[in-house]
Amino acid sequence: MENTIEKQEKLQKGWDGISRFFRANSIWMLMYCTGCCAIELPQAMTSRYDMERLGMGPMATPRQADVLLVTGYLSLKTLRRLIYAYEQMSTPKYLVAFGPCTLNGGIYYDSHAVINRLDQYLPIDVYIAGCMPKPEAVMNGFQDLIDMIKRKEANGWKNYEQNKDWYRKNQIQALGELRIKDEFHE
Amino acid sequence: MMIKGILTGLGILLFAFIWQTSLDGINRKIVGRFQKRVGPRWYQQFRDIFKALSKTGVTHGWVYDFGVMMALGGIMATVMFLPVVSVSAFPGFDNFFIFVYLFAVGMLGMAMSAVGSGNPLAGIGVMRALTQMVGYEVPFMIVILGIIYGHNTSSLSELAAIQQANGILTWNFVRMPLGGIVAYISMLGMLGKKPFETFIAPAEIASGPMVEYGGKQLGMMIIMHEFATFIEVTLFVTIFLGGATTLVGFLAKYFVVYILASLISNALARFKIDQVIKFYYKVPIALAIVQALVVIFLGWGV
Repeated sequence: MENTIEKQEKLQKGWDGISRFFRANSIWMLMYCTGCCAIELPQAMTSRYDMERLGMGPMATPRQADVLLVTGYLSLKTLRRLIYAYEQMSTPKYLVAFGPCTLNGGIYYDSHAVINRLDQYLPIDVYIAGCMPKPEAVMNGFQDLIDMIKRKEANGWKNYEQNKDWYRKNQIQALGELRIKDEFHE
Repeated sequence: MMIKGILTGLGILLFAFIWQTSLDGINRKIVGRFQKRVGPRWYQQFRDIFKALSKTGVTHGWVYDFGVMMALGGIMATVMFLPVVSVSAFPGFDNFFIFVYLFAVGMLGMAMSAVGSGNPLAGIGVMRALTQMVGYEVPFMIVILGIIYGHNTSSLSELAAIQQANGILTWNFVRMPLGGIVAYISMLGMLGKKPFETFIAPAEIASGPMVEYGGKQLGMMIIMHEFATFIEVTLFVTIFLGGATTLVGFLAKYFVVYILASLISNALARFKIDQVIKFYYKVPIALAIVQALVVIFLGWGV
């Protein structure tokens, strides 16, 4: 009996290794362009820096995407939509935050309508520094994400599932009401 | 005999998957160079497919799941009937109309599954795909019926054999150039390449039928798309470019046809759906009717 469990674990480990290789080298992005950092993405995607070299490409919907890019400040209204989008993505999923606005509110730190720290509401795998981050920094951040996936360190989604109560409490505190629903099947 | 046929069919399936998926990667590289980029590695498409299969997938009810299976199964069954390089899994069962009907099974599976997801954008995408099908099928069928009338056979391998009789001069594309051009334009519509990309339209209706697919189901849909592309391009190569007697010849013809379609796609913008229908019902249908009249009443090109 133990022998079979051991075998299964070994198999699972091997499968994890293989799937990590594919996940690290094929990352589909969902761009949530709320702030000014989004203007740096076209340079990173087109001929100057060519993100597709790394196997990255834009996708149209949250269901198809692997990584959610939060490019800039989040007002309470956009935070709600961001949470909906993040919950729709299929695991494993990653979240990359751009600029200081996602870290401490940036220049909007004292606005009543803007959240200051995104990591209170959603788990963040990689921060990209700069206001706005240059395309070099963006590419560097994506390379970091790829290395983290390879080293099994990009575990934000597991973290989110384990500490869902804590995240949900913060989300409700900020938004008042949060209804994660499947609007097409009701 | 039956077992041998099934094994040959599985071989054709494997060949189709590996060749079309590699070619898609090469195609992405070529498109990258076309846009002055480096582009991904040639095996990027394999990575994408296996990545998608390794993710968890959500379900939207059993119609959604069953539709994905039906789409993939129907398309795979169609591939198994294709005669590739004069290898045929089920000899005698390669009538053109078998492909028309079997292909529809896969496409209807995809439509059912997409609508089953319940997303309104998926519904719009399916509606556009079917509307576009009405557009390109009519001129395509008129041309094909002209060819079948002229050659007195609708078997793909016989059509290929007739065209191989005298080298490039007996290709249908050379003998019936109008029909060949119409069929190529129709093929662009089948493949969903720009300017006939109305039903995918990522920036407009969020990739249409694919909008709710994620994880495993998305991987299966990509595999289905590869097989569907293989069928469409192989039909064009077999009916208009004389098939091939050697593997290299087949791959070369396939490569040229597919990459040219992709380059056209990347140089043009997208039509709206009403423009697509108006275009197909003006230019290609007129050319197709002229071609059919020439074949039937003047007997040229046969």
